Amino acid sequence: MPVETWLIFILGFMILGSIIALELKDILSSVISIGVVGLGVSVAFLFLQALDLAIVQFLFEIFALIILVRAFIGKEYHIKEPSKSHVIQTVVTIVVLLSILILSINVFRLLPQFGEPIFSTARHYIENGAKETGAANIVTAIILDYRAYDTLGEVTVLFTAILGVLAILRTKSKTTSPAGGDHETN
Amino acid sequence: MKQTEGMTLIVKTVTRISVWMILLYGLYIILHGHISPGGGFAGGVIIALAFLNVMLAYGRGFIKRWVNIGFLHDIESSSAALFLAIGILGMAVGGGFLANFISHGKLFHLISAGTIPILNIVIAAKVSMGLFVVVWTLAIFHLDKGGKKE
Repeated sequence: MPVETWLIFILGFMILGSIIALELKDILSSVISIGVVGLGVSVAFLFLQALDLAIVQFLFEIFALIILVRAFIGKEYHIKEPSKSHVIQTVVTIVVLLSILILSINVFRLLPQFGEPIFSTARHYIENGAKETGAANIVTAIILDYRAYDTLGEVTVLFTAILGVLAILRTKSKTTSPAGGDHETN
Repeated sequence: MKQTEGMTLIVKTVTRISVWMILLYGLYIILHGHISPGGGFAGGVIIALAFLNVMLAYGRGFIKRWVNIGFLHDIESSSAALFLAIGILGMAVGGGFLANFISHGKLFHLISAGTIPILNIVIAAKVSMGLFVVVWTLAIFHLDKGGKKE
């Protein structure tokens, strides 16, 4: 089977998983269904031969699943009863999505062949990457040599995000905890 | 180790063996980032997951005794500065910001590709310690909010 068929199959699987996640009443089952979506993304990357992305996606999916299960386990969530406005919302959503699909159907004819055009920059990376950087893995060669400045930005974003989380949560935990001393200021 | 803290004895025993294998695999992914698929981000997440495994199996109190969280936060912060320092060193030696100024070596060798393996290790320290510190902070925050004591 060609790659496109597999991708469409995985995409259908992911859409099914997200619909089930929305419709399920139990929050823990919804989290597991969301995990199906992440696994689908990872397998799709495998079919597209992007092994680095597949590994990272799979690992982050495990990480997110652990945090979500940890956060939601043993908690009661109030589930709203479906009302009349719910039905109207569904109809409006389906109509809007269908009209967008119909209006954009011309664009699909303009799309190039799957994976066909290789731009001149990408061609340069593929042809000269190993020679110029000495790294056999072309993805690493790009993110840490050609586009290392980009990676520096990524590191800075991660650093700032972690700093923000630490700052916000630490201040709150200091003021709300009655006894203190349970956590150190580090 | 109190039995009340963390999970059952079976989980603890399995964790005691498996954590080192997970750490070893993470190190392999990091050090071979320039040869095979993987790299700093993937290996960093694997190491963070190993720490998370210990935290889930043994409880938060054990982690606090096992490693110094403040030190992990210091590693995380200083690796960001180290990345920048390598970039500025490239400007001084190689003639451009983040230039690959060490000799490339032979293709497919473990020690090759100049600064790329070093940057991989720096990113791995950054990602692993950052993710673990965030999870640990969330766990502590949850503990304080819920009002339950360890």
